[in-house]
Amino acid sequence: MSSGYNKPIPVPTPESDVFWEKAKQHELWIQRCLNCDKPFFYPRMNCPDCLSDNLEWFKTSGLATLYSYMINHRPVPGFEEDAPYAIAIVQLDEGPRMMTNIVGIENTPENLILDMKLKVVFDDINDEIAIPKWKPA
Amino acid sequence: MDSLRYKAAIVGASETTELGSIPDKTAFQLHVDASVNAINDCGIDKNEIDGIATTMSPAALAHYLGIVPKWIDNTQVGGTSFLVHVRHAAAAIASGLCETVLVAMAESGRNRVGEQTGRIGDVATMSGGRRDSSFPGQFESIYGVAGPTTQFGMGVLRYMKETGLTHEQLASVPVAQRKWANKVPRAMYGDIITIEDVFNSRMICYPFHLLECCLVTDGGGALIITSAERAKDFSTKPAYIMGTGESVESPIVSQMYDLTTSAAFKTSSKKAFEEAGVTHDDVDHLMVYDAFAHLPIYGLEDLGFVKRGEAGSFIEEGNTSPGGTLPMNTNGGGLSYTHSGMYGMYAIQESVRQVRGEAAHQVDGVKTSFCQGVGGMFMAAGSLVFTNEEPHR
Repeated sequence: MSSGYNKPIPVPTPESDVFWEKAKQHELWIQRCLNCDKPFFYPRMNCPDCLSDNLEWFKTSGLATLYSYMINHRPVPGFEEDAPYAIAIVQLDEGPRMMTNIVGIENTPENLILDMKLKVVFDDINDEIAIPKWKPA
Repeated sequence: MDSLRYKAAIVGASETTELGSIPDKTAFQLHVDASVNAINDCGIDKNEIDGIATTMSPAALAHYLGIVPKWIDNTQVGGTSFLVHVRHAAAAIASGLCETVLVAMAESGRNRVGEQTGRIGDVATMSGGRRDSSFPGQFESIYGVAGPTTQFGMGVLRYMKETGLTHEQLASVPVAQRKWANKVPRAMYGDIITIEDVFNSRMICYPFHLLECCLVTDGGGALIITSAERAKDFSTKPAYIMGTGESVESPIVSQMYDLTTSAAFKTSSKKAFEEAGVTHDDVDHLMVYDAFAHLPIYGLEDLGFVKRGEAGSFIEEGNTSPGGTLPMNTNGGGLSYTHSGMYGMYAIQESVRQVRGEAAHQVDGVKTSFCQGVGGMFMAAGSLVFTNEEPHR
């Protein structure tokens, strides 16, 4: 944690505040439709399949696989020390996909093998926000 | 009105006088330059223009040209917007909302003269420590994305794993297109390149090397569209609009339904083929918006020209190159010709040139051209089918 955090900082909205509140507690929560039982991400007021508003938040397993990625050689401000760094899509064991960074392993094509197993970790960027990232499980 | 088939035609088409680096003109001046060029191309009296479509302010352009239009379209879905404008214009003309439409586009993408907002991915718009409650701000920007370069190709490694596409095949896309650009004087780069040249160019964002990423230029283009009936009154050869389509998918790339295929491409192109009443074999010439090397690969498959997993070898074997069975991106594309940010207008211009028989690197005997646009990072799509064949009576 650093007061000099120089990367973009997410600001929760009424739709996403549960996601970020749980992330602060180092738990990855997403939503599920109680009508058709499908889990989904990103946070929404209605199920993307049936539009039901009968939804619940639940704690995921925190496990995922590496779906795809790119390795950026031209860092945006705040990411200079990370470059080259992977911007990845992970597929949660529960199904939905999300963008992330991969930590705990050098970000090279040799190291980053699609479908490798990953485990969520959290980067506490300030007192309010922890950003979910993934490391090899 | 059963469909837009043969209801309207492009009679005027022109790009900006200059293309590439234009440090002495604002983006707005370039809109005007392209518009005047398109008006002069077909010799229309500008007072006959009663519809205006643009992603900038329609009022600013209309007023500058001294036109009070009956119909406007300000659809902004990224670089495919102009294909969508053509579709909407054809529908407006067919239903009598207006008679003659000007579609105009221009950007100072390279020199940034008079651009009022940052381009997607501009470093200036992503300054460190920025707090952002927007959707991409919460779930993508925080991971260090830098616009299309770091997002558009997000599904390519997945696509490679699922289909066997090789890095060589991906690199064969700019190699093939450079063969077209080699005979196009207005292309920014025309020297023949090899797969090795692509691999030796700087790594921008793995798996994309510099030569697999589009150019960044200044320029624009404009179109004059009128009814198919009236198109005969002009000296230019009409590019009849046969089929049209449009669609959108996800606002952020990470939430595409499947990152190895574009749902918007499929929906839009299917509609255009159905409307045009043509088959893939009828298509003599193809434009697929190529901001990055994988787009023609996705395009060939999602439009149905090849089967799943065949696009890479199709391009590598020369089928889309000069002399091939399906000439594609014959101006050199965004990878070699020009790319000011929203490339769709340039793709339309090349389709029109080819069906007119006036392209710099002309394909012999083109009757039907298919033009496929993309907006955002697979966010939106637009499709147009043109022909130079007169409607049958």
